[in-house]
Amino acid sequence: MRRWGLTFAVLGLVAIAAGLWITRARVTPPDQLAGLTGDATRGAAVFWAAGCASCHKAGPDGDPLVLAGGQMFQTDFGVFHAPNISMDVDHGIGGWSVTDFASAVRLGTSPDGQHYYPAFPYASYARMTDADVVDLWAFFKTLPASDTPNLPHTLGFPFNLRASVGGWKWLYADTEFLTETTTPELDRGRYLVEALAHCGECHTPRTALGGLDESRWMDGAPNPSGQGRIPGLTPAHLDWSANDIAYYLETGFTPEFDSAGGSMADVVTNMGKLTAEDRAAIAAYIKALPG
Amino acid sequence: MIRLPIALTVVAGLAVAGTALAGGHGGNPAVKARQAHMQLYGFNLGILGAMAKGEAEYDAGAAAAAAGNLAAVAALNQSAYWVPGTSSEDLPEESRALPAIWEEGSKAGEIGASFAEAAANLASVAGDGKDAMVSAFGAVGKGCGDCHKAYRASRN
Repeated sequence: MRRWGLTFAVLGLVAIAAGLWITRARVTPPDQLAGLTGDATRGAAVFWAAGCASCHKAGPDGDPLVLAGGQMFQTDFGVFHAPNISMDVDHGIGGWSVTDFASAVRLGTSPDGQHYYPAFPYASYARMTDADVVDLWAFFKTLPASDTPNLPHTLGFPFNLRASVGGWKWLYADTEFLTETTTPELDRGRYLVEALAHCGECHTPRTALGGLDESRWMDGAPNPSGQGRIPGLTPAHLDWSANDIAYYLETGFTPEFDSAGGSMADVVTNMGKLTAEDRAAIAAYIKALPG
Repeated sequence: MIRLPIALTVVAGLAVAGTALAGGHGGNPAVKARQAHMQLYGFNLGILGAMAKGEAEYDAGAAAAAAGNLAAVAALNQSAYWVPGTSSEDLPEESRALPAIWEEGSKAGEIGASFAEAAANLASVAGDGKDAMVSAFGAVGKGCGDCHKAYRASRN
């Protein structure tokens, strides 16, 4: 009998150790980005594609290059306040290294080893290339500092336990792409949609645990930050031509010349700064969506 | 005691009048007027947009006429149909106009004024060639987005 008890104890410890290992906060290895030099001009293009400003500018009408944070996001899990990610050393991320930045953006891990909440769409950014991360950081370093202090999130149990995010990441954060592509244009479109522009974060419904339900990719979802719905983008929901989609992303005008509203208005502002080729690639990807 | 029936009759009469104005086939007249206003924007934007998108040949006369209409509609005094009590909370079935339009610090009026300015500018250049029209068209689109971003509810 004593042997059984010992076996259970050992198995229990192994399970706990495995759990801690699985849910640990992962970081970018220090040598992974060595030898890469960031280019701020290319980083600006990554910045607009990734939509950083939409959440991190000071307010809906704030300057998109002043990443002071402070916007509030009311969600089913609680209230999040976007942090200051300006170049201020005390209140922002001015003291970070490029490796700290890469760990935050792609792995959702802070420089002190904490999990970030997935309101920060690192589960999409996880697919960002090393070159884009390094270029984006080079662009961030050209942006002004703001001394706006951060506001704490207000979350209910168990979401207020950051360790629980480790399990969430294990379930939902993935560097694999979700769709198959057949042409270089679709490849580019997939990278823009699934990694940088993180379109699926709003246009795909979520599971009860708040992960994207990949079986219903781009099927439309409740608006995460208010009333109403975010429309689906699959052929069952959207019959616009590729040209219509690209034009909408550039100008905000639908084929009926209604115009984008809500959070999508900011997305259009960002997408308007991409190249025409990139907007066409996104449109091609959306037209190729299954279903 | 005679006053009570009179009062009731008056109230009933008002209710009937109110129903005629607001309910049934009619819908709220202020909301309908706003939607008609937006439809006129959309129709004229569509003529210019088809040219901008390359789906229609640029036609100086048609572009100038559509941009002129847009500027004329934008210049209308709309105060009688942007009235309190007609927000998406007051009339959830009909209105997507968020209550923030009527709240302290609302920028809706300001956005409307700069939209009217952008439309007038577009009207002044729309007949001068496709490039001139397209470059002035952007500011008009920005006006649409500025207002819809903050002041229009998502579709259900």
